Amino acid sequence: MSSAEHAAHSPQEYVTHHLTGWTVGEGFWTFNVDTLLMSAALGILLVGTFAIAARRATTGVPGPLQNLVESVIEFIDGVVHETFHGDSRLIAPLAMTIFCLVLLWNTIDLIPVDLFPAVAGLFGVQYFRPVPSADMSATFGLSFTVFLLIIVYSIKGKGVGGYLEELLFHPFGKYLIPFNLVLNAVELLAKPLSLGLRLFGNLYAGELIFVLIALLPWWAQWGPGGAWAIFHLLVIPLQAFIFMTLTVVYLGMAHAKH
Amino acid sequence: MGINATLLGQMITFGLFVWFMMKFVWPPLTQAMQERQRKIAEGLAAAEQGNTQLERSRQEVEATLQAARQQAAEILAQANRRGTEMVEQAKLAAREEGERQIRSAEALIAQEISQAREALRREVADLATAGAGRILRREIDPAAHRDLVDALVGQI
Repeated sequence: MSSAEHAAHSPQEYVTHHLTGWTVGEGFWTFNVDTLLMSAALGILLVGTFAIAARRATTGVPGPLQNLVESVIEFIDGVVHETFHGDSRLIAPLAMTIFCLVLLWNTIDLIPVDLFPAVAGLFGVQYFRPVPSADMSATFGLSFTVFLLIIVYSIKGKGVGGYLEELLFHPFGKYLIPFNLVLNAVELLAKPLSLGLRLFGNLYAGELIFVLIALLPWWAQWGPGGAWAIFHLLVIPLQAFIFMTLTVVYLGMAHAKH
Repeated sequence: MGINATLLGQMITFGLFVWFMMKFVWPPLTQAMQERQRKIAEGLAAAEQGNTQLERSRQEVEATLQAARQQAAEILAQANRRGTEMVEQAKLAAREEGERQIRSAEALIAQEISQAREALRREVADLATAGAGRILRREIDPAAHRDLVDALVGQI
């Protein structure tokens, strides 16, 4: 499949084709339809599976699905209890959604790079990038939500006055208010930026390497492709775990009183 | 690619997913897990209690058995004692009865002997008198010699 395609395109065209998304709209009001479709589909798959498990939840002997979901819940609950002290009714489900969603998004990276564009091509769609976490808009969608929650939890934990005081008078006292403000703004913004960029960077690089490997002759692909896929098996859950853990840590820091 | 309105769509869908998880997935499952934990704890406690109860009943059974065994042994010993006593008594009674019978038989025999002796004596006296009468038919007057004959009879 891929060799047939390179026959038609130059390597440069091939890579560019793979890194171009299916978009609708102009300027800022552009929607990456592929990203939105994939993330929504994976999210509905995730939420649906968990909803079935929750509906069938029994206090007796759990089935395989409930076992799986319960082990995820226990894992997340452990992380949340370690790092977030307070009411975790929102934080724990948030962390679970982030972990599972990012894990699913990243897993799409293991599907051969030509499969989704080819299937999309059958439906007349010219460009299709299947991995949502290789799209900056998607990763920042998560991290900006986390950012908003950081502000909400800061106000919840310290009160509006307490939070403003922290922004204005820390760390250098009340005579250096502008400096403090800049410092705190940078610190605050660094959190969602680093969260979103880390995930995006890892998965974008992963996707790019897979695309480059697909440029090799078909008989040489299994070696580097297999090695990169195995390495990626490590990256996929690791990035999901890092995103989830840092979210909980940031929210815990925001919520904690000094 | 960069950042575009996809971000907003992404935030909305993500928010919806988180809301759904928070509302419909997390609470029932964690509740089920806690409930199961409680059940298991209760079950373990019940098993523990059952074990101690079993141990206690076993001890009770052991004690009861011990007592029963002891009682049985006592009853047996008593019965044995009683049995030998009864045999002894029976032996004694039999011996007494035998002796009594022997004594009465001896008395009877003695009586019969004395009767026989009496009868014999009388007969001998009669015979002696008759013999003597026959020999001394003429010389001896039975009336005159009565005291003599009587003395003779008394000697026999």
